[in-house]
Amino acid sequence: MKSVLLPLASALRSGEITSVSLTEKYIARIEEKNPQINAFIHNCFDYALESAERADKLIKGGNAPILAGIPFGIKDNICTKGLPTTCCSRILENFKPIYDAAAWEKLKAAGAVLLGKTNMDEFAMGSTGERSVYGPCVNPLNGEKVTGGSSGGSAAAVCARMAPYAIGSDTGGSVRQPASFCGVVGFKPSYGAVSRYGLIAYGSSLDCIGTLTSSVSDAAIVFDGIRGRDDRDRTSIPSPTGKKELKGDIKGLKIGVAEELFEGCSSEVADAVKEAVKLYESAGAKIIKMSIPALTLALPAYYIIACAEASSNLGRYDGIRYGYRASGYSGVDDMVIKTRSQGFGDEVKKRIMLGTYVLSSGYFDAYYKKACIVRNNIKAELEKVFGQCDVLFAPTAPKTAFPRGYASTNPLETYSADMCTVPVNIAGLSAISIPCGADKEGMPIGLQIIGARGADLTVLDCAYFAERENAFAHCDKGEDDYEL
Amino acid sequence: MSYEMVCGIETHIELSTATKIFCGCSTAFGGAPNTHCCPICTGQPGALPTLNEKVVEYAITAGLATNCKINAVTHLDRKNYCYPDLPKAYQISQYDKPLCEHGYIALDSGKKIGITRIHIEEDAGKLMHEGGFTFIDYNRGGVPLIEIVSEPDISSPEEAREYAEKLRLIMRAVGVSDCRMQEGSMRCDVNISLKEKGSGAFGTRTEIKNMNSLSHMVKALEYEYSRQEDILKSGGKVEQATLRFDERTGETYVMRTKEDAQDYRYFPEPDLLTVVIPQEKIDSLKAALPELPDARYKRYTRDLGINPHSARLIYAYSNVCAFIDGVIALGGGVKNTVNLTVGTIFSTLPSEGDKEEFAIKVTAGEMAKLVKLLDGGFINVTMAQKTLASMLAEGKAVEAYISQSDTAKVDEGELEKICADALKANPKVKEDFKAGKEKAIFALFGYVKKQTGGRADMRKAEEILRKLLSE
Repeated sequence: MKSVLLPLASALRSGEITSVSLTEKYIARIEEKNPQINAFIHNCFDYALESAERADKLIKGGNAPILAGIPFGIKDNICTKGLPTTCCSRILENFKPIYDAAAWEKLKAAGAVLLGKTNMDEFAMGSTGERSVYGPCVNPLNGEKVTGGSSGGSAAAVCARMAPYAIGSDTGGSVRQPASFCGVVGFKPSYGAVSRYGLIAYGSSLDCIGTLTSSVSDAAIVFDGIRGRDDRDRTSIPSPTGKKELKGDIKGLKIGVAEELFEGCSSEVADAVKEAVKLYESAGAKIIKMSIPALTLALPAYYIIACAEASSNLGRYDGIRYGYRASGYSGVDDMVIKTRSQGFGDEVKKRIMLGTYVLSSGYFDAYYKKACIVRNNIKAELEKVFGQCDVLFAPTAPKTAFPRGYASTNPLETYSADMCTVPVNIAGLSAISIPCGADKEGMPIGLQIIGARGADLTVLDCAYFAERENAFAHCDKGEDDYEL
Repeated sequence: MSYEMVCGIETHIELSTATKIFCGCSTAFGGAPNTHCCPICTGQPGALPTLNEKVVEYAITAGLATNCKINAVTHLDRKNYCYPDLPKAYQISQYDKPLCEHGYIALDSGKKIGITRIHIEEDAGKLMHEGGFTFIDYNRGGVPLIEIVSEPDISSPEEAREYAEKLRLIMRAVGVSDCRMQEGSMRCDVNISLKEKGSGAFGTRTEIKNMNSLSHMVKALEYEYSRQEDILKSGGKVEQATLRFDERTGETYVMRTKEDAQDYRYFPEPDLLTVVIPQEKIDSLKAALPELPDARYKRYTRDLGINPHSARLIYAYSNVCAFIDGVIALGGGVKNTVNLTVGTIFSTLPSEGDKEEFAIKVTAGEMAKLVKLLDGGFINVTMAQKTLASMLAEGKAVEAYISQSDTAKVDEGELEKICADALKANPKVKEDFKAGKEKAIFALFGYVKKQTGGRADMRKAEEILRKLLSE
C-alpha cells in the first residue's frame, strides 16, 4: 500500500505534470484496459478534460484543495447531473439526473476530475460485480475471477490503475468486499458520515458512500473530501476531519477478535488475518479474544431489512417519469407491470419480492419486526464490545474472489459471503478492508478493521500502521508498470 | 326494528405552511403545472426528505385546539402503494405513533365527538385527463396534510355536518388551514354503519370517499343510511366496501370491496429521524392558541350582548373579529361597531373568502373614531354609513369626510331656540299634529336640519319638538 494521491498532488503543484496531461494518461489507460475489465460503463472524457483545464487554473492560483486536478471514477448509483446514472439497470436506461449527489458536489467543488461512472451489480444488489446490465466486471488480477461487488467497477478501476481512486457505496459490504477481492483499500465510513443525498437508495438505513483507493492515506484524503453533515440528509452526522495526520500509532490499542466473524472462512483467509493480528500484537497492540453471539443473526436480519427497504425504495421505477418504459402496453397498470418486468434483473426482482413479503400484513411481525429487534440487539452488543476494545479485526470476506459465474449456481453461499461485512452496516459502524495476504492462486485476502460509529479516524489510523510499516508488502497486487 | 347511525369522519386538511412538508417548494395553489417541484417532491432517485418543522408546529396547534394529547416522541412511516400521482410509490405518513391523539370537539348540544388521532403526511400530485392522455401535475405533491380521524360518535347527518363545520372553524381560527373544500384543502371520508337501537354491536361499515362539500356529505350519509337500512330490513347483509358518492344522481357506488383492500406495508421511514418535541415547545404553542370560535361566540353573546344573529355572522371570521375587538377596545360602542361591520363593511365583501381575508382600507383606529361620533350622536346612522362607505373605497381618515364644524354639536339651549323658531315658521304644523297627523312633524325636522347644517342631534330635537307640539 502506497499513497498515489500525495505524489500526484505534489507533482501537480510543482508543475511536473498538469491535470490535463494526467487526465489524458488515465483516459489512455481506460481505453487500453477497460475493454477487458469493464470497470467503466459510462465515460465523460470531454467533460474530464474541461474539468482538468479548470483544475490547472485552480492549482496555479494556489490554495487548491488536495484532490484538485486528480481524476477519479464514481459508482453508477451516485447522481451526477446531466451524466448517465443508471445503477447498471435497464430500468434507468438513459437516465440523467437533474441534480448532483452531495458527495459528487463536494468533489466537483474541490476541482476533482470525473472520468466516468463505474460498473456495479444492479442497484447494488450482489457481491460479484456480475449482475450489471452492461455485462460483468472482470477482476484485473485474474480474468477468471469476479471483482466482488457491488462496487466491483470502482475496485477494479483502482486495481487496474484506470483511476487513482474511486467512489463506491456499501450497504452490506459493497465497498470492502470488492476491495478485498481486488487487493485494494476499501473504506466504509460510519453511517451518516458521508451524506446520502443523491445516492440512489437500496437499503436506506444501511447505505453508505465509501472510498476505493490504493492506500490508507488515500482513503483518509478522499474521505475528508466527501464527509460532513448535510442538512439534506437528516441521517448524516458530523465527523472529525481526516486531515489530522495519520500516525499509525497502535501502542496499547485494544484489538478485539470475535470468533463469530471467522465462521465459514477458508483456512487461508483465517490464517492471513490471524497473522495480521499477531503482527499488530508484536507491535504493541493488546489482543482481546471474544465472542459476540448476536452476530450469528446479522445475516438474516440484514437481508430482511435491506430487502424490505429496497422493495419500497424501488417502487418509484414505474416508467412514468424517467428511465425505461416498456412499449406495447394497454393502460397504466399494464405499462407499470411490463416496465418493471422488463426493466429489473432477476436478483433485483427477487429482493423486491422478498422485501414485499416480509412487510406484508400477517408476516410483518414474524420477519421485519423481528429483524429490527435482532438489529437492536446487535447494536447493543457491539456498543458493549467497543467499550472493551478500540477496533475489531476480522476477515473482510470468508473466501477470496469467486470464479466467474459461481454465484448464479451457488446463491446461498454468495449471500453468506457477506457474513463478515453486514454487522458493520447493521450497526452503522466504520470499517476498512486492506490487503493482508494472498491465497495459493495469488488472489488477495482482505483484513477488515472495524470501529465504532464515529470512530472513522481510529479505524484509518489503525490501518495506516500496516501501510507505514509496509507490513503486507509481500501481497501488494498493484501493477508495477504504473508510472505517471 | 329501528336503527341508529354510527358514523366517523376522516378529514384531510392541507396545512397553510409556505413550503412543502419535505422540501422547500411553494405550497401555493394554482401555479402552472409542475412549477412548484424539485427532485425531492417528484421522487427523483437519490433525493431525500427533510421534515419541515412548521408542519409539526401546525399539526400540534391543530391537536391542541381539538383537546388532543401530543405525543412528544413520534416518527414517520412509509405507506407503500403504487399510483401515478405518488412519485415515490410511497406516501410518507404516520402509522402507529400519530403526533396527536385522544381529543374531542364539542357540539352545541354538549355532545363530544371524540378525535382518535391527528397525523401528518404528504399530499399526492394530481392527474388530469385530457384528449385521451393523462397528465400529472406534481405541484400538490408534498403539500403538508393532517388527517384528523374522529371516533364513530356521530349519530346523524346533522351531527356530521356540525362536526365538520366546527372542525373547519377551529382550523381556520388557529390559522393552520384555510379549509376550502372546493379547492380541496379540506376533504372528508365518512364511515357509516347502522346498529340496532339500544344494542351495543356495530354493523358492517362502508366508507364514502372524498366528500368535497358539506351538503354532499349530508346527502351521501342520508342516502347511505337508507340504503343500509333497506338491506338490513329485508334481512340482507351490508358488504364492507369503499364507496364513491355521485353528486348528480345522489347515490353511492362501490369503488372497491374488502377483497381488494390494499396492504400498505407500513414501516418506519428510514430517511427521517425520530421526532422529539420538547415540552416547552408544546407549552408555547398552547399559550399562543387564539380564542376558539365557540368561546368567542359565547363572549360576544353573553359578555358583549351582541344579538345571536349578528354574532353568527361574524364569529367565524378571525380577522373580522380581531377588527371588531380592536374597535371596541378603542372605545367604539359594541352595537354600532357590529352593525356597521355586518352592514356597510360586509356589503363590500361578498364572498366568504373576502370576509376571511378581510383586506379593508379602514383601520380599527379610524373605525373607532367614526363609531364614537355615531355613539355620541354627533352624526346619525346614515351619515356614518355614508362616511364608512367612502372610507372603505378611498382609505382616507374620518376627518377627510367629517369636519370639525360638522360635528360641533349644537348645544341644548340653542337647539331649543331653533325648535321654537321652527314652530313659529310653520304655524300650521301644530294644528295638523294635534289633529293626529303625525307626519306633519317632518316639516319641522327639515327646518332644524337646515338651520343647524345637519349638526343637531335629531333624537334630542324630536324630543323638544314633540314637547312643544303637545303644549
